[in-house]
Amino acid sequence: MKFDKRAGDVLVWALLLTAPFWLPLAGSYVELGTRVVIYALAAMALNFLLGYTGVLSFGHAAYFGLGAYGTALTIKYLVPSTPVGMLAGIVLGTVAAAIIGPMIVRLRGVYFAMCTIAFGQVFYFIAFQWFSLTGGDDGVSAWHREPLHFGFATLDILNSNKAFYYFVLAIFAISAAAMAFLLRSPFGRTLLAIRENERRARFLGIPVDQHIWMSWVVSCFFVSIAGTLFSLMNDFVDPRALRWDQSGNFVIMAVLGGMRSFWGPLIGAAIFLVLQDYISSETQNWMSFIGLFFVLVVLFFPRGVLGIIRRKATS
Amino acid sequence: MTQLLLFNVFNGLIIGAFYALMALGLSLILNLSGVINFAHGGFLAIGGYLAYSLIPYVGFWGALIASPFLVAFIGILVERVLIRRLYGRDPLYSLLLTFGLAFMIEDGTRYIWGAQSLPYQIPSWLSRPLSLQFFFLTGYRVFMVILVTAVVAALFVILNYTRLGIRIRAGTLDLETVAVLGVNTRVLRNLNFGLGIYLAGLAGVLAVGMLGLQPTIGDNLIMPSFIAIIVGGLGSLPGTLAGGILIGVVSGITTVFLPAASEAVMYVMMAAVLIVRPRGLLGEEGRF
Repeated sequence: MKFDKRAGDVLVWALLLTAPFWLPLAGSYVELGTRVVIYALAAMALNFLLGYTGVLSFGHAAYFGLGAYGTALTIKYLVPSTPVGMLAGIVLGTVAAAIIGPMIVRLRGVYFAMCTIAFGQVFYFIAFQWFSLTGGDDGVSAWHREPLHFGFATLDILNSNKAFYYFVLAIFAISAAAMAFLLRSPFGRTLLAIRENERRARFLGIPVDQHIWMSWVVSCFFVSIAGTLFSLMNDFVDPRALRWDQSGNFVIMAVLGGMRSFWGPLIGAAIFLVLQDYISSETQNWMSFIGLFFVLVVLFFPRGVLGIIRRKATS
Repeated sequence: MTQLLLFNVFNGLIIGAFYALMALGLSLILNLSGVINFAHGGFLAIGGYLAYSLIPYVGFWGALIASPFLVAFIGILVERVLIRRLYGRDPLYSLLLTFGLAFMIEDGTRYIWGAQSLPYQIPSWLSRPLSLQFFFLTGYRVFMVILVTAVVAALFVILNYTRLGIRIRAGTLDLETVAVLGVNTRVLRNLNFGLGIYLAGLAGVLAVGMLGLQPTIGDNLIMPSFIAIIVGGLGSLPGTLAGGILIGVVSGITTVFLPAASEAVMYVMMAAVLIVRPRGLLGEEGRF
C-alpha cells in the first residue's frame, strides 16, 4: 500500500514535469497544461478545507479573484514586477480571508456554505462597480507579466509558454509540498480529528473554531496564489474570476477527483478543464453540458475518480 | 428630497418583497430538506418565460395564475427525479446538483427564448401612475405589493392552519418523529419543494413586469435572498420575511445617499448580524 502511494506520487510528478512535451503530441497545447496546474492548485487549496477539515466553502472564488486583481492592479499601476505583483495579490486575498474568517467560523454545514457564498459575492460587486479602479465588467487589461530576473539569469516567462509553465509548476510544487507538510503536522492531524468528530475534538480541549479559522486562512492563502498565477497567465482579469460559478468549479473539481485524496483535485481539474475545452469548442450550449456534468458527477461519482479506484483496490 | 426618499423607500419595499418571496421559498426547502436550492433563480426565470409564452393565449391574468403552478410542477418533478436521492447525504452534493441545474436552466431558457431581453405586456391600466405628484406609484407596483402581501398571508395561513402546513413545520423541527407518527415524509418534502418553487415562479411572473425578461434575471435576486435568510435567521420563516423586506428598504434608502453602496450595504448588514447575533434576527439558538 505504501509502495502504491509512492508510485502514484512519482507518476504524477513525471507527468507534470514532461507535460509541455507530450501535450502537443496529444493534440493539445501547453497553455491548457498551465491552466490545469493553476486550477489544480486552487482545487487542492479548497480541498484542504473541504476534504481535510470537513468544512464546506462555496466562496473560494473570491480569494482566487482577489489574488488575481491584486496582482493585475499592482503590476499595472504600481510596480511592473511579477514577484511584487504576486506578493500583493497573495497578501490581499489572505488578509481578506483572515478578516472574514471570524464572522463565519462559528457556523457549520449549509449555513457556513451559504455565508461563504454571500461573502464571496461582495468582492464580485466591488470589482464590478468600482469602475475607475477595476474597469468594471471590462476587467483590468493593458498590462502583462514581466520576465523574472535572478541577477545571474533571466527567465522569460512572458514570451516562452514553456518557461511560464515551469514557473507555475515550481510554485505549484512548493505549495503542494507545503500543504502536504501541514497535513502531516500535528495541526493537520487536528484538522482531521475535527472532520471526523467535532464534538469529540472539542471534548479533548481542541479550540475547534480557532483551528477552522486557521485552516480557512491557509486554504485561502493557497487559493490566492492560484489566483495570482491565473491573472499572470491571462495578462488580464475580469469579475468573472471571482464570481460564484468559479467557486462551484473548484468544488466540482475536488469532488470529481476525490475529496479524500491529496491528488484528487488535480485529477478533477484535469478532467474538468479538458472536457470544458472540448465542449466549448464544439457547441454554443456548453453551459448546459457543464451543468449536466455537475449533475452526473453528483449522482454517479460522489466519491470521485480516486475514491472509486481506492475502493476497488481494497475490496 | 422627501419625494426622492419616499420613492426609494417604496422601491426598496417592492424589491424587498421580491427578495422575501424568493427567500421564503428557499427557506422552506432549506428548513425541511437541508438543501440550498441554487437553481431557485432559474425557476424564477422559467416562471417569467412561461408567463411570456402564455400571455397571448390566456392573457395576463391567466398567465399570472397558471405559470407559477406549471413551474411548481416542474419543481416537483425535479425533486422526485434528482434531489430526493441526495437527502441524508452531505449538503455538498445537493448544492452541487442544484448548481448544475442552475446552469442548465439558464442555458436552456437562452436556447428556447433567446438571449436578448424580451418585451413584456402588462395591462395598460396597471402601468399608469396613480397620481401625478407621486409618479412612481404605478398601478402595477401597488398591485404587486398587494399581491405579495396576500400570497405571504396565504402562505402563513397554510403553514399554521392546514394539515400540510403543520406537518411541514413539525418536520422542520424533527422529521424523524413526524415520520414515526405516520406521515409520508417523502411526499411531504416533495410537496414542500413544490410550494417553495411556486413562490419562485410567482416572483418570476411579477419580476419581469419590472426588471425585463432575460435568462440571467434570477442571478440578481438570488444573492440578496441568501442574505435575507442569513439576516432574518435560519429556520425562521417570519425572520426570512422580515429580512427580505429589511434589506430591500435599507438598500433603497442607501440609493438616495450613496448610490454606489446600494449593493454593498446588504453585505454590511449581513456582516453586522453575523458578528452581533450569528443566529440571525429571529433565528433559533443552536440550530446551526
